[in-house]
Amino acid sequence: MNVLNKLTRHTENSERSLQNTHVNNVKWLSFPYIIWMSGFILVPLVLIIFYGLTNKENGFTFDNITLISDPINRQALFLALKLSLFSTAICLLLAYPLAIILNKTKMKSNSFIVLILILPMWMNFLLRTIAWQNILEKKGVINNILAFFHLPALNIINTPTAIILGMVYNFLPFMVLPIYNVLIKIDKDVVNAARDLGANNRQTFMKIIFPLSLPGVISGITMVFVPSLTTFVISTILGGSKIILIGNVIEQQFRLGNWHTGSGLSLVLMIFILFSMAILSKYDKESEGSNLW
Amino acid sequence: MTNNKLIDLVNISKSYGNNVVLDELNLYIRENEFLTLLGPSGCGKTTTLRIIGGFENPDKGQVIFEGNDITKLPPNVRQLNTVFQKYALFNHMTIAENIAFGLKIKRKSKAYIQDKINYALKLVNLDGFENRMPDSLSGGQQQRIAIARAIVNEPKVLLLDEPLGALDLKLRQDMQYELIRLKNELGITFIYVTHDQEEALTMSDTIVVMNQGYIQQIGTPEHIYNEPENAFVADFIGDSNIIASTMVEDKLVNILGANFPCVDVGFGRNIPVDVVIRPEDINLVKPEDGIIRGRVVSLLFKGVHYEMGVMAGDLEWLVHSTGLVPVGTEVGILVDPFNIQIMHKPESEDEQAAEIVE
Repeated sequence: MNVLNKLTRHTENSERSLQNTHVNNVKWLSFPYIIWMSGFILVPLVLIIFYGLTNKENGFTFDNITLISDPINRQALFLALKLSLFSTAICLLLAYPLAIILNKTKMKSNSFIVLILILPMWMNFLLRTIAWQNILEKKGVINNILAFFHLPALNIINTPTAIILGMVYNFLPFMVLPIYNVLIKIDKDVVNAARDLGANNRQTFMKIIFPLSLPGVISGITMVFVPSLTTFVISTILGGSKIILIGNVIEQQFRLGNWHTGSGLSLVLMIFILFSMAILSKYDKESEGSNLW
Repeated sequence: MTNNKLIDLVNISKSYGNNVVLDELNLYIRENEFLTLLGPSGCGKTTTLRIIGGFENPDKGQVIFEGNDITKLPPNVRQLNTVFQKYALFNHMTIAENIAFGLKIKRKSKAYIQDKINYALKLVNLDGFENRMPDSLSGGQQQRIAIARAIVNEPKVLLLDEPLGALDLKLRQDMQYELIRLKNELGITFIYVTHDQEEALTMSDTIVVMNQGYIQQIGTPEHIYNEPENAFVADFIGDSNIIASTMVEDKLVNILGANFPCVDVGFGRNIPVDVVIRPEDINLVKPEDGIIRGRVVSLLFKGVHYEMGVMAGDLEWLVHSTGLVPVGTEVGILVDPFNIQIMHKPESEDEQAAEIVE
């Protein structure tokens, strides 16, 4: 959604510069990006739509789309929806208080906390997830520590809980940063004005701070929910082979060479994502992606 | 304006790190007064207002409101409302919701709130704006909404933190009249913070001139303008000639070697003093009729008057006059005795703050 938003902004800008003869030379600078965009975004999208709506004989069909109603695929989709909703909710509950604390602390310790938060992002995504596999394993770090204290072992690995944990760990920064960015932009005097007009701390939060932070919350939800819904790496590594999400199904189809089926299911997933974005943007008129609708 | 003290600030001190913003400040505000805190940026005027509003806690001292100590009370339980410099409207609410905010918190009835919204919008000349959003309004309109939002709560005191600072000149002048009208219609106390001396002189009952955390002078606009107590006040309020001089005896002051008759007494004999002469109080006469001679060295047309520089006794005197005197003319300078304002040289620490920092 953000990418699309940047895209529309980009085209607006280039239109403006086209009108302006003084920056006529500068417009050539956008060509590498336009080539990139058409080659790696538009063409693949068109290909997926094409494969999704055709069969092996290149005839038009809805069969790939309707495959979603197959019990295994349907269950995988619902499980993916359930887990990504859970992880998004947990991220929000963890991120909002953290963003408030970040907003209230002094600048110095502030940048330190932000650093701690994004430090894991400098490491490879796969590596981080495999590390969690080692931590959660039956004979992993956690169970070794528990065994040392003669406590019963935890069986988290290969459960939905492990997948949610992986999602939250990997995507939490994408929830914190947009909320924090919105919070620091709220004028302190707007908060003071609410207090001045008689609102206590709770009322000030409910009626002023939270509504004003909604664009950040929506941005954060988008950036956590979408990758959670489509992931297959986290569910493969932390869910073993038992738990299959829609991402895993699509991945398998492509691995088996069933491009038509994989593309068809991908289209269904995209429709789900666009649908949830539409619902979200209803709640937030000023969100960054609102101009899409 | 009555003589009852409504707010009393007692020995207020405040510092941020090593930066002392207010030092042992004492000030009282009377009921129904339009009091202006005037000074350059960093003089402590906004901090004083924020301490009264409850947004800052003083390090030392007390805020007394109607006889009760409110120093530790949070802003939401204080019986005063604030109009902020940049309006601080709630951008996610309509104008009506903005104005109703305080009343809804106090759980007033729907009918009461509706009446109040209508009344307040009429008062600030913005009827029909109920359903607009704040960012669709101009700066002046937003500021009037901010005032409406504050006054519907019927505060005993309205705190205004440079409310006209972000507006252009013409709008600022219109809003000055609006504020005076509002003050008279509401009959409440206004505490107004500004760095604009003209704004202060136009609207206030009382002006408190501040610099570097100290109060320099408290008085009516006329008093502050005509009888500045020190060089800082004289320089900050309007244009002035401030000249180091010697008090020869009662009613006679030696300015740059020439003896001028004046009306001040009690300074003693041959005491160094500062003299303030307003540029419009200097009369340019024929050289032989003046107390000190000089030559016009610059001339500017300012609309209402001419602004001239007159070199006399090794000092360029600033002179305002409606009559034109060409550059190069030999002139005499004459000042009526009651237009010469004599001030002590600064002695104590808080008087040091009165030194003009260029």
